[in-house]
Amino acid sequence: MIPPSFDYHCPKTVSEAIELLTKFGDEAKILAGGHSLLPMMKLRFAEPANLIDLNKIPELRGIKEEGGVIKIGAMTTENQVLFSELLLKKVPLLPEAAKLIADPQVRNRGTIGGDIAHGDPANDHPAIAMALDAIFVLQGPKGQRKVKAVDFFHGTYMTALAEDEILVSIEVSPFAPKTGYAYHKLKRKTGDWATAAAAVVMQMSGGKVTHIAIGLTNVAPTALRASAAEELMVGKEITPALLDQVAESVRSICDPAEDLRGDAEYKTAMAGEMTRRSITAAMAHC
Amino acid sequence: MSKKIISMNVNGKKVEEAVESRTLLVHFLREKMNLTGAHIGCETSHCGACTVDIDGESVKSCTCFAVQCEGSEVITVEGLAQGGVLHAVQEGFYKEHGLQCGFCTPGMLTRAYRFLHDNPNPTEEEIRVGMSGNLCRCTGYQNIVKAVQYAANKLREDAKNPVAA
Repeated sequence: MIPPSFDYHCPKTVSEAIELLTKFGDEAKILAGGHSLLPMMKLRFAEPANLIDLNKIPELRGIKEEGGVIKIGAMTTENQVLFSELLLKKVPLLPEAAKLIADPQVRNRGTIGGDIAHGDPANDHPAIAMALDAIFVLQGPKGQRKVKAVDFFHGTYMTALAEDEILVSIEVSPFAPKTGYAYHKLKRKTGDWATAAAAVVMQMSGGKVTHIAIGLTNVAPTALRASAAEELMVGKEITPALLDQVAESVRSICDPAEDLRGDAEYKTAMAGEMTRRSITAAMAHC
Repeated sequence: MSKKIISMNVNGKKVEEAVESRTLLVHFLREKMNLTGAHIGCETSHCGACTVDIDGESVKSCTCFAVQCEGSEVITVEGLAQGGVLHAVQEGFYKEHGLQCGFCTPGMLTRAYRFLHDNPNPTEEEIRVGMSGNLCRCTGYQNIVKAVQYAANKLREDAKNPVAA
């Protein structure tokens, strides 16, 4: 399969990339890791006349802590997330989840920013970012603006990014001590998308939940934050009966597309089950 | 659309070619460089038969444009054997019967080469995870794991006796 012809652009800075994006408008596509875009181009689902490759822009890569915030460059690869000492210490949910994304070769190319900006509900980072209360930094010709992860996804392949904007970084707060976390992902094989997956971040005090955030992957047109399920848990002890209620609340917001991974009923049931497992695993860290 | 001149290092040799932007690295290697070791399997980055090494990392060459490799060091399966002597990973696949039809083998070898470079003393579990981006429809993977273990032992012994290496 040979992709359609295009002009290749390889900017060295973000402002150069934005200039190109402004110039070509909807005739251009951003190339990050390419593991979603290239297959789409081969199938002619995407036929950009211009491809703007972000791979040679050093300022878009790397993970650092600045002013009490962890800042992850959008072009940081999944393997860099997976092996980051800083993330292992401060936001261990991200390396734990990266293990479950794609395979070793793909993780060398695939980026956290590409995974988010693509707007595919099957990608893992959107739900994880929601559970982390992450903030996305978008840059356009007029400068930068910040959008919360929960406000970023408008529909399948539709996001808050304007045509002339690039996602440049992802900001997350370091975990407080004894923060529980887990990402349980049901998949058929290595490299598969989730049949359903749930990201959980939580804190407990005196045996009761003080904070919980639940993000769901691939069970609706966008990643979901299960706010109603979270409200059921705050201030409560975690019991099997409560977990049943939480799973039911999670199931009630699911609207998955049927595919070879299962029908809507099965995926919905699995979203409840993955949530239950993630909460149980997260408790062990609290 | 115009062609671009790109230069890169392939198996230690500097090459310079005019390519279309849309030329995938695997097509460039196979059709321009006549290096047909990297195989085209699924073409969607699942199977790993096209795996090559770019700047010290395993990459699926069906999902990367040749123009993106400007200035890079690329190693294909043809670059593994040195001076007519098989590389330890190749010897391992031969000794442990790590292949049947052989279609996935070039990708397996280049991946095993980089994996053992990064992790010279892996557990069986680490081998299975490290090789999980490469599919084989014949062997059932048991002998591939044994082949990688063989190569790991050989590379460690070679490191102890540098004269032989």
